[in-house]
Amino acid sequence: MIFVELLCRYPYVTGTSVIGIKYKDGILMAADMGGSYGSTLRYKSVERMKPIGKHSLLGASGEISDFQELLRYLDELILYDNMWDDGNSLGPKEVHSYLTRVMYNRRNKFNPLWNSLVLGGVKKGQKYLGTVVSMIGVHFEDNHVATGFGNHLARPILRDEWHENLSFEDGVKLLEKCMLVLLYRDRSAINKLQIAKITEEGTTISPPYSLKTFWGFSAFKNPTLGAEGSW
Amino acid sequence: MSKSAVDIPPKGGFSFDLCRRNDMLAKKGVNPPTYRKTGTTIVGLVFQDGVILGADTRATAGPIVCDKNCEKIHYMAPNIYCCGAGTAADTEAVTDMVSSQLQLHRYHTGRESRVVTALTLLKKHLFNYQGHVQAALVLGGVDVTGPHLHTIYPHGSTDTLPYATMGSGSLAAMAVFESKYKEGLTRDEGVKLVTEAICSGIFNDLGSGSNVDVCVITKGHKEYLRNHQLPNPRTYVSSKGYSFSKKIEVLSTKITPLKEKVEVTEGGDAMEE
Repeated sequence: MIFVELLCRYPYVTGTSVIGIKYKDGILMAADMGGSYGSTLRYKSVERMKPIGKHSLLGASGEISDFQELLRYLDELILYDNMWDDGNSLGPKEVHSYLTRVMYNRRNKFNPLWNSLVLGGVKKGQKYLGTVVSMIGVHFEDNHVATGFGNHLARPILRDEWHENLSFEDGVKLLEKCMLVLLYRDRSAINKLQIAKITEEGTTISPPYSLKTFWGFSAFKNPTLGAEGSW
Repeated sequence: MSKSAVDIPPKGGFSFDLCRRNDMLAKKGVNPPTYRKTGTTIVGLVFQDGVILGADTRATAGPIVCDKNCEKIHYMAPNIYCCGAGTAADTEAVTDMVSSQLQLHRYHTGRESRVVTALTLLKKHLFNYQGHVQAALVLGGVDVTGPHLHTIYPHGSTDTLPYATMGSGSLAAMAVFESKYKEGLTRDEGVKLVTEAICSGIFNDLGSGSNVDVCVITKGHKEYLRNHQLPNPRTYVSSKGYSFSKKIEVLSTKITPLKEKVEVTEGGDAMEE
């Protein structure tokens, strides 16, 4: 007898939002390095973005072990593709399609991979940025995508301020703006993030760094000044 | 004898006698009617000289927009306004009630109302009802002690903040505030930032929409800018306009006032102590 509860499982170690945008030369992606164990911030050096093959970059939020399982599936996929040795390699569109099929298939068997994915890449000058929205396997493609809280906090900013042909510096500034809002307002975010870039030349994932936060509003120093009775 | 004592309902509070029966009906598929919510974006901002409040104008009943242009910025006192999110009836009733309590208090003390007074009256009421009065409010005003901005949650807790957002669109609006707020904004910068935050809520949240209302309160002066921005105009408007059929002709007009016009003399007798 199959117990659905056994198969559906619950996420244990989770990562929070990932944001991805298209820019002039390719795709920029940002994610922090936190792995939360319920409400504890247990792991602070989790790399949630990985290059896939020559042309793609995958970022994931949700259960970290399921992300690692996905990396194994993709490793096998890329390996078999390389073994053909035919001069062609899988592009981001193909990898995104494969990921969607895997996620949807697992969902149909009531054994989902508890992740939301962002996949970006460049192949032969064509930029591609897609997302698999949830463990159910919904997917779409857009100029800017985010997972988790990023949908509520980062996408409004991106809808207003993204435009075609952002330079690298402008793209990083935009991503940092969104990550700062997430840092202020998402309880599972930490101030240690990486920015990943993928262009025709290849993938670069920056070393971890932190953002400057500002807490010096005079209203924060003495909020109840002149308002006795409130707190 | 003792039967009449049993029939008198308890004073104050809500009666939860029908909850079990409602749950039983819900299980059988008979759901209670949806009530009108102001699934909303409301914001408040403290700037150089005072407080700016902003709100969208969509009221929803479940998935339907029942009012495209409702007013969510409620009057509390000449120097205090309050934006309300949550159940429309609750926000209206609670702000009206506290507004009249403030008026009576003004007559009693002879002074301008303070924002903390409104705050305490609202939080007392909401806490008393343990969150069942679903009103989430952004209260702002300028009194003798300066400009103040508070948020009040349905369970009765409050926050005192330089910038605040509430409602379903609060995350979209807060994203704008967190990236663009600075201290010491001028009036125009403040109104622009508030409008941007409300527009962010209108376009990124399904529970908010239609137009932007803004209210600027400074010392001794307030400006209620109803429909300050209309970012959702009607796309297709018939060029013919509306005309009524010519069959209805006005033959004669006669106006009879129902009451005599009463003359009010200014000044008159002063109120007794």
